Amino acid sequence: MTDSATNAVEMRQIVKQFPGVRANDQVDFSVRAGEIHALVGENGAGKSTLMNILYGLLRPDSGEILINGKAVHMAGPRDAIALGIGMVHQHFMLIPVFSVGENIMLGREPVSGAVFYDRGQARTSISELTKRYGLALNPDARMGDLPVGLQQRAEIVKVLYRGANILILDEPTGVLTPQESHELFGVLRDLVKGGKTIIFISHKLKEVLEISDRITVMRRGKVVGHLTTKDTNEEEIATLMVGREVLLRVDKKPATPGLVAMKVENLTANSDQGVPALKGVSFELRAGEILGIAGVEGNGQSELMEVLAGTRKASGGHVELGGRDITTMDARTERDAGVAFIPEDRRGAGLVLAFSIAENSILGRERTSTFSWRSIVLKLVAIRDWARRLVRDYDVRTPSIDVAARNLSGGNQQKVIVAREMEGRPKVLLAAQPTRGVDIGAIEFIHRQIVKERDGGAAVLLVSAELDEVRSLSDRIAVMYEGKIVSIESPDTPEERLGLLMTGGGARAGAA
Amino acid sequence: MTALGDILHLLFTANLWQATLAAAVLLLLPALGGTISERTGVVNIAMEGMMLTGAFFGVVADLAWHNVWLATGVAMLAGGLMASVHAIVSIQFRADQIVSGIAINIFAAGLTVFLVNRIYGLQDVGHVGQSELLPNIDVPVLDQLPFFGKVLFQQNIIVYVALILLVATQIVLFRTKLGLRMRAVGEHPMAADTAGINVFLIRYSAVITSGLLSGLSGAFLAIGVSNTFVPNMTDGRGYIALAAMIFGKWTPMGAFIACLIFGLGEAIYANNSIIHVSQYLLSMLPYLITLIVLAGVVGRSTPPAHDGLPYIPGAE
Repeated sequence: MTDSATNAVEMRQIVKQFPGVRANDQVDFSVRAGEIHALVGENGAGKSTLMNILYGLLRPDSGEILINGKAVHMAGPRDAIALGIGMVHQHFMLIPVFSVGENIMLGREPVSGAVFYDRGQARTSISELTKRYGLALNPDARMGDLPVGLQQRAEIVKVLYRGANILILDEPTGVLTPQESHELFGVLRDLVKGGKTIIFISHKLKEVLEISDRITVMRRGKVVGHLTTKDTNEEEIATLMVGREVLLRVDKKPATPGLVAMKVENLTANSDQGVPALKGVSFELRAGEILGIAGVEGNGQSELMEVLAGTRKASGGHVELGGRDITTMDARTERDAGVAFIPEDRRGAGLVLAFSIAENSILGRERTSTFSWRSIVLKLVAIRDWARRLVRDYDVRTPSIDVAARNLSGGNQQKVIVAREMEGRPKVLLAAQPTRGVDIGAIEFIHRQIVKERDGGAAVLLVSAELDEVRSLSDRIAVMYEGKIVSIESPDTPEERLGLLMTGGGARAGAA
Repeated sequence: MTALGDILHLLFTANLWQATLAAAVLLLLPALGGTISERTGVVNIAMEGMMLTGAFFGVVADLAWHNVWLATGVAMLAGGLMASVHAIVSIQFRADQIVSGIAINIFAAGLTVFLVNRIYGLQDVGHVGQSELLPNIDVPVLDQLPFFGKVLFQQNIIVYVALILLVATQIVLFRTKLGLRMRAVGEHPMAADTAGINVFLIRYSAVITSGLLSGLSGAFLAIGVSNTFVPNMTDGRGYIALAAMIFGKWTPMGAFIACLIFGLGEAIYANNSIIHVSQYLLSMLPYLITLIVLAGVVGRSTPPAHDGLPYIPGAE
């Protein structure tokens, strides 16, 4: 890496200290012109900090940055944009109430009469750009009305409009369906052919291997590896990322299904918008098995879980738990009856973020005699002992049990929920997106816990947007499409067939 | 029946509408300021305090220098200074904007009373001479129009200024590059920042502008509509302007319509001597209308997405 002339980006010895944590510790990072360079690492490894420095949002404490061989100093994103750097953030920098055109133009608006925003010219510029890169977009659509795939496209066009030659994409596939991801990769390859350089941040190793030329791995603020994609594999990257060997496959014995634990018959329910989200769902869930639900998000999975957990009303049909009708039970009664729930929105529904770990660890159990005297006065000592045990047994990484849940990483927040729900020895475990946004190490741990629960005789219903997760954990897979279960498959069904079923195709072919 | 008849009769007099417009403008200036400030994401409930400070220093300056224009400038400056305190506290130090606003309102009320006693002793503040008031201007020819001549073209100079500012604010916010950027900062400051827009500069300018406008309204009140300073003379107008801003869905034109409704109520109340209805009932009228309208007719009013939230660069 001596010939920095061919490097589009070269960051040397970057240091960035935040209160209590060194986010970047003497980081060296270089990207060759015209390559797709993947930057990988767990949450909190310092990837985003490094990229925010490269984009001028943060200033490094020390170190130097060279763009196309020249040392630069950036006071803000404006300077980065001038240097041809563009960034598509993980959380889109889009304004939902603005039009697509206004979003793309923002900061470099075409004007008429010196001050007036020129909508016509904006439209022309955008259609030119979208034609050149084959990225169709309607400039007059309201941004908030577009599906995320198109929003991301607008972000990319926004960056191209600013004349960026170096594109940073922060976790671009996190919110995309497999089809949308596939499309995105096509776009990225075209961009590279057109002479752009791309930095691709991800923790999905399969994608990294598919799309990148070279890989930089970070762990705890440091670079721990420079790899060439064609000479490496998932295991090597994962080991570097986590700092120990990681089991990427779920290690489990064949299931030994017992009696029917939960029986769902012709269940219907409405979404928050009042339109039918479940249109007659029926299945049986047996003790000692994991039933995975595969499907593109928004096909009724979330509503199904909520109805089963008692936080959403069913509009018709029945749910039986061990022969007892629980259709109309509220969440508290269901919990007492042995249903545990890991909700998909862990920050909104799973935890009270302002509460400490100890307080969160007894939510839903605070009235029991273990934790309170006559459901009135909390037994603080018992609660603290319980929380300490959970933190130890479930490997929650925290300085103390008094830390507010808000201050934990996503993986550790999820571990607190998993611990709380599983410690109730549930008959039925409802796990919705149990590893979303969680690090590889924590994923491995949570997967092991779910399997352990199954082996202990619990019936597990798993919903996940990650098809890989569904396939590796489940003993049976139910495919959901438009509020119905279209098929029940075995876990070794090829990905292509599941993908087809998930998008509404293949059901007839399968039946034939 | 007679009361209803009285009001109906009153509604057809040019005098009433002339007074309505003047009363509406007192509210419109701070409402425009609030709209500008909140569109960029800084909640401003301190218009009341800024207006009061403007009114006081306007009178002080007018009495000292006998120059109404200088006095108006001082009033705006005083409002602007109060606003910059709010800006520093809420933009730089990321304090709670409601708390800062309340503090400024209380501070302004206390400061002006204190200074009245300090400067003028316990006697009257003193009256500003007729020649040192903001003048009424009759627009030649147009002021002779039947009905509309009196309502629109026989008004105080500040009324004309406010109407021009109203149109200008509407155009700037929704038709210009600057307005697009201001709204972007209020909706999603980080999106604006990453697009190369200076979030802090825009927020500071907007908050200080709201102070200047509130100060101007204070000047109109103290050395236009009346000719002296009375403690707490703004009488909640800053808060009513705030309601008008929300009622108007954070748009200048919407706020103006709301100000007209409030202004009409005030004008009817001022004419209570010719209506045979309890004046207390009459004084409730505009607020009653507002409550009813807000509860059902206007529909949900959505503030800018980042209204009231401080911006911390790089923190997602």
